[in-house]
Amino acid sequence: MSENGEGGGRTRGHMGPIIITPSTTFFSLLILHLTQNPYNFLLFLVMEGGLVLLGGGANGGGSGGSSGFSTNESAMSEASSYLAETELELGLGLSIGGPTGKINKASGRILTAKDFPVPRRASMNGGTPPSVTVSGTKRAADQSVPHDGGSPTATSQVVGWPPIRSYRMNSLVNNNQAKAPRAEEEHKGINEEEEEEEDKAIKDGSKQKKPNENLGHIGFIKVNMDGIRIGRKVDLNAHSSYHSLASALENMFVRSAGAEKQQLTMPSKLLDGSSEFVLTYEDKEGDWMLVGDVPWMMFLTSVRRLRIMKTSEVNGLAPRFHERNRTQRSKLI
Amino acid sequence: MQKKTAYSFPDEILEHVFSFIHSGKDRNAASVVCKSWYEIERWCRRKIFVGNCYAVSPTMVIRRFPDIRSIELKGKPHFADFNLVPDGWGGYVLPWISEMAGAYPWLEEIRLKRMVVTDESLELVAKSFTNLQVLVLFSCEGFSTDGLAAIAASCKNLRELDLRDSEVDDLSGHWLNHFPDTYTSLVSLNISCLGSDDVSFSALERLVGRCPNLRRLLLNREVPLDKIANLLSRAPQLIEFGTGTYAAELRSDVYSNLAEAFCNCKELKCLSGFWDAVPAYLPVIYSVCSRLTSLNLSYAPIQNPDLTKLVSQCPSLQRMLVLDYIEDSGLEVLASSCKDLQELRVFPSDPFGEEPNVSLTEKGLVAVSSGCPKLQSVLYFCRQMSNAALVTIAQNCPNFTRFRLCLLDPKIADYRTLQPLDVGFGAIVEHCKDLRRLSLSGLLTDRVFEYIGMHAKKLEMLSVAFAGESDLALHHVLSGCESLRKLEIMNCPFGDKALLANAAKLETMRSLWMSSCSVSLGACKMLGQKMPRLNIEVMDEKGPPDSRAESDPVDKLYIYRSVAGPRFDMPPFVWTMDEDFASELS
Repeated sequence: MSENGEGGGRTRGHMGPIIITPSTTFFSLLILHLTQNPYNFLLFLVMEGGLVLLGGGANGGGSGGSSGFSTNESAMSEASSYLAETELELGLGLSIGGPTGKINKASGRILTAKDFPVPRRASMNGGTPPSVTVSGTKRAADQSVPHDGGSPTATSQVVGWPPIRSYRMNSLVNNNQAKAPRAEEEHKGINEEEEEEEDKAIKDGSKQKKPNENLGHIGFIKVNMDGIRIGRKVDLNAHSSYHSLASALENMFVRSAGAEKQQLTMPSKLLDGSSEFVLTYEDKEGDWMLVGDVPWMMFLTSVRRLRIMKTSEVNGLAPRFHERNRTQRSKLI
Repeated sequence: MQKKTAYSFPDEILEHVFSFIHSGKDRNAASVVCKSWYEIERWCRRKIFVGNCYAVSPTMVIRRFPDIRSIELKGKPHFADFNLVPDGWGGYVLPWISEMAGAYPWLEEIRLKRMVVTDESLELVAKSFTNLQVLVLFSCEGFSTDGLAAIAASCKNLRELDLRDSEVDDLSGHWLNHFPDTYTSLVSLNISCLGSDDVSFSALERLVGRCPNLRRLLLNREVPLDKIANLLSRAPQLIEFGTGTYAAELRSDVYSNLAEAFCNCKELKCLSGFWDAVPAYLPVIYSVCSRLTSLNLSYAPIQNPDLTKLVSQCPSLQRMLVLDYIEDSGLEVLASSCKDLQELRVFPSDPFGEEPNVSLTEKGLVAVSSGCPKLQSVLYFCRQMSNAALVTIAQNCPNFTRFRLCLLDPKIADYRTLQPLDVGFGAIVEHCKDLRRLSLSGLLTDRVFEYIGMHAKKLEMLSVAFAGESDLALHHVLSGCESLRKLEIMNCPFGDKALLANAAKLETMRSLWMSSCSVSLGACKMLGQKMPRLNIEVMDEKGPPDSRAESDPVDKLYIYRSVAGPRFDMPPFVWTMDEDFASELS
């Protein structure tokens, strides 16, 4: 597709603002304040091909004249702290991941975020280096932990990585789900056998866990709320309980409807029947069910999408679920 | 008095000359030669491309170009494909449609990418543009089959309807029935994204049967295999075909019908679909294989040897999309069979597995780079890489225009030397002088960015994740890459310095995305104050930025140049750092 309506840096640009490019032959001068220290300012001369530091204030480095980025002391120490962290991660990577990134078989279990001393996310391969590289601040750790500090499976994936589009991801999930029911049936055998199989699964970090883990990355599903035209999407991966899912949904929809900050202190109303809305989901067979009936993991395997329905419309759902819900509320997490 | 020469050329002649200039870049260049050329050009421009729907307002476009027949608009940033942009961010097409409805009644082509398109928008399109011929909704969302019904009912001249990768709410499969019986102009139909219940098969059959010019038909997954033969027999003139689900119990009648149907499609060059494919039905397409230039098996869970056998039968392939089930061995066969190959995409079948489930390594890509001299575009997911392999690939393929490598573990080192992959990617940018698009992964230090800044002079789009060590890296890119238009960064330790030092560069680019980096709120505010022609959007779902310190890093940052000023349709979790914001809160 050719580009119209957009002035590139190379051409003189469309009529409108003059665009400064590195290839223009005049200099532009930028005087910047570094926000942390009002007395610290750096004077930069932007010229073709490079950045020249001309002078500075209190902490300014005065090494102008060379092309390339001259940093001052504090910048250098920051750079080296980044480097230190990278080394730390490299160290972890080398000892645990190994050259081919395989799990260290000797320990024989899936390494998760809990194995690493620093509060980071483990990458999706349990034994390979942590994936968060933001400067190790508390904020990064906060970012990486889902809303209610969920399970290792939930923390082991970074949003946006690997860069695979959702429809492709969903199709992979569908491929693996085709295998999953068979795996579950295998487990359903005699009780003793089941226990043994589970032990084995833990010991060799086995493939039997795979279907669940793949299903665990069912990822983003659509949520619609009656009365709100545009639906949202919620990452089921980021939640390990109905409660956390319901609060997230309340935040998403109540906030977008204009309400201010009070909802943060309200307990989840969607699940206990006290609000005028009810949370429902469409399962694999296309039936609409009330959320909360089945164990969380089972819910994850069958949910297709969610709908926040007006309580008055709930009559369409199977009555026994509605009834069961009233008596089983206390059993919810 | 020298002005006489310019004005002595009649406008009609200039207009005639301009009618031969189709490229937008050339038209833009012509329009700034002088005022009269600007005027003449704007009146005869028929086609525009707006790479960022917020960079300019519909009013401004209409004011400058009064008679547009074809428009292409893009909305959300690219990382929205990977769920990094929360729902509700924006990219609404309705304001554009509303304004164009009055201004461009003769609009023929609408192409939208990553935009929110509602049924209301589609209904307005149907009502306003009676001459609409092309509607492409690429990765769009927000509409249902009701909107499609409106288009089907009203757009008598529609040639192309392409919903690729869009999310459509399925309300009824009967929207296809809304194409009147008199409608016969369909040339291209892509409904591959539709879910169950979205397509009434009998309506589809009738539609296909009465459109003799249909050349491209991409079905959705729900169309069963045993219906394909019938459909193909009504459209033997197809050039491009996408199957639905490619799995069924093996039945000899179905098999032979399919084989015959494919055999009769003498012009078929592109195949896709193949969801859930089973090996049993693969041979039905063998008669077509020798002619195939494009094959998309990236949804097909078939493995070797069936997969390799199929590939070996397609010597004319130019474009190949496949899952990593093809393995190194299959890629070696591809390399020896398909000498015309230009584009290769290999997707992971099990991206979250702890252990590799297939034997696909860097060797496959090296083989293809060595065997396919015309290779230009690569997207490759794998689990290991070495600098040596990358250097070899770069030397084999100096003609790369797009190179995207995704190592599933984002910080993995060269598996042989345990070094970062700087040298390897450095070789890519050094040898591939025409490289326009690059995606990096693996363990990468600041050095790779130095190489990129030094060599990647034609690079237009760069995607970076989990790479670099300091702001120096970002500075190398911003100061060195002269052609850079789009830069997207996630989870890198880049902060304020490079950004502030290269603020002017940002006005020469379409956009910059940075998420999970270390850019502080203070820097964003400063950029917002100093650069009025940039929109600095800070995204944070946890709460407004005024509740945090200036030095706190922002969660997501999206910066784009705009002549339209800050937008007004932002959701609660997006704040724009303009002069008002800074003065209000500081």
